[in-house]
Amino acid sequence: MANQVNVFAQNQPGRLERLTEVLLEEGINIRAITISGADDYGVIKLLVDDPRKAFDALQREGFSAFLKEVIAVVMDDRPGGLHRVCRVLGEGGVNVEDAYGFVFQDRKTAILVVEVEKVSEAEEILKAKGLEFLSDEELYSL
Amino acid sequence: MAADGMHWDPVMETMDGEELRALQLKRLRGTLERCAGSPFYREWFKEAGFDPAAVFSLEDIRRLPFMDKDTLRGGDPTRFLTVPKDDVVRMHSSSGTTGQATVIFHTARDVEAWTELVARCMYMAGVRRSDVFQNMMGYGLFTGGLGFHYAAERIGAMVIPAGSGNSRRQIQLMRDFHTTAVHVIPSYALYLLEVFADVGLDPRGDTDLRIAFLGAEPHTESLRRRIEESYGVGAFNSYGLSEMCGPGVAFECPAKLGMHVWEDSFLVEVVDPGTLEPVAEGGEGELVFTSLNREGMPLLRYRTRDLSSIVEGTCPCGREHRRISRIKGRSDDMFIVKGVNIFPMQVEKVLLGVLGVGSNYQIVLDTVGAMDEMRVLVEVAGELWHGEVRELNRLRSRIMEELRQEVLVTPRVELVEPGSLPAGEGKAVRVLDEREHARED
Repeated sequence: MANQVNVFAQNQPGRLERLTEVLLEEGINIRAITISGADDYGVIKLLVDDPRKAFDALQREGFSAFLKEVIAVVMDDRPGGLHRVCRVLGEGGVNVEDAYGFVFQDRKTAILVVEVEKVSEAEEILKAKGLEFLSDEELYSL
Repeated sequence: MAADGMHWDPVMETMDGEELRALQLKRLRGTLERCAGSPFYREWFKEAGFDPAAVFSLEDIRRLPFMDKDTLRGGDPTRFLTVPKDDVVRMHSSSGTTGQATVIFHTARDVEAWTELVARCMYMAGVRRSDVFQNMMGYGLFTGGLGFHYAAERIGAMVIPAGSGNSRRQIQLMRDFHTTAVHVIPSYALYLLEVFADVGLDPRGDTDLRIAFLGAEPHTESLRRRIEESYGVGAFNSYGLSEMCGPGVAFECPAKLGMHVWEDSFLVEVVDPGTLEPVAEGGEGELVFTSLNREGMPLLRYRTRDLSSIVEGTCPCGREHRRISRIKGRSDDMFIVKGVNIFPMQVEKVLLGVLGVGSNYQIVLDTVGAMDEMRVLVEVAGELWHGEVRELNRLRSRIMEELRQEVLVTPRVELVEPGSLPAGEGKAVRVLDEREHARED
């Protein structure tokens, strides 16, 4: 199981700068980031090498942060890689709340980070179909 | 009684100060005697050790405790009645939801007396039978609508019961029926100027308007002048509160040097809101009223929380009913948006209900275009959400909807980061009023 840090932020110049500054001071390395906005606020999602530490630091600095369990599914970096994962999730009746993907430098492996309502149930479904997913430690040692 | 061309009620309006005091004492004694017949006041007098029969001067009323909104809110409102329930023909209620509202009951005689008072105000400002009066106030529980409506009919003017809103139709009605007098919330009067411009009309040349009654909202002298100049009207300030009847408590005469309190019907005191002692002659303080001519539900020493002062000297119009100055503010944290009275406590209650925990918040009042806008800024703490934008959007919609139901004005809700709002208690921090018409001249 992997964890992601979700942060509430007002849509104002300088907020992202402050957030990344906090992470820099803690020596946190960011693997992936997404930002989704409403009109005057948004949520920043961060996949980092030490989510607990990042979460604590952000909270301490007054950010409204949330530590969210996610599934980091391993895909093959070739045509049809994402489709395979989506078919398994779809056939298993798993509703994806949010997702994003990224590719590793070896150009063989890609990761799909998915947020679902019932994490362990979704993990069982993926496992049953022979798909792998990474824990926090595995994710960061990559 | 018959109007004499200058006064609607010459007997009452031309009484000298001494006669007025004598009438007040007589009516006060009658009111107290009547009160002694209600379950609430029997207890109220007993607790205060007050003998209503032993009142020989107007000052004797100071031996009674003050009443306020909280007194009215506690329990069944019918316990204030000094008449059988069947004699009640009307109720009005101040803003707020049912649990919090203050209810006032009127007998037929009370409605009649109220109508006469407002007719007196309107006639004093120049309304006559030949006038066409467009009432742009909300009708219903709010007293500003029906109070003026009945009075204008009593004078014999033609009434257009337009109600509030629907700006283009308001302008159309003014033009089609040659409206000469309006009753309007000052901030709405400003907004309507923009609509006039949008449709390519100038209220000065394109309407027959000559009188505007401004009510339900405190406003500055400069705003009055702006309305007078842009509309080509005489604008008159009106003071009232539903607890005393509604509009018709105090009103400007053509001299516009303060609002005459109709002292035949109301006993006014000005007290220091801290010590609750009377202020020095002409000093600023909180207005306290006792109804002197109300049958169904008299109120004694009712604290209005409105800050004002008695205008000293005599009025050029000759009326000796004492005048109060323009309302300078509130001694509590109530504020008014689009004519609706709102307390920060109502906002706090809604936030607590929606969020489950208290949250730091701030109310910001702005002028957008010419209209009031109420923004509610709410801090989103970590425990209030689970990391999704969707959730925040839902939270914001719910807060907005529940606030709309509670305060009857649709606010803009903004979610902000923890620690971004000033922490602390009190009106200065909770309510930031940046509206143009709320600023001092």
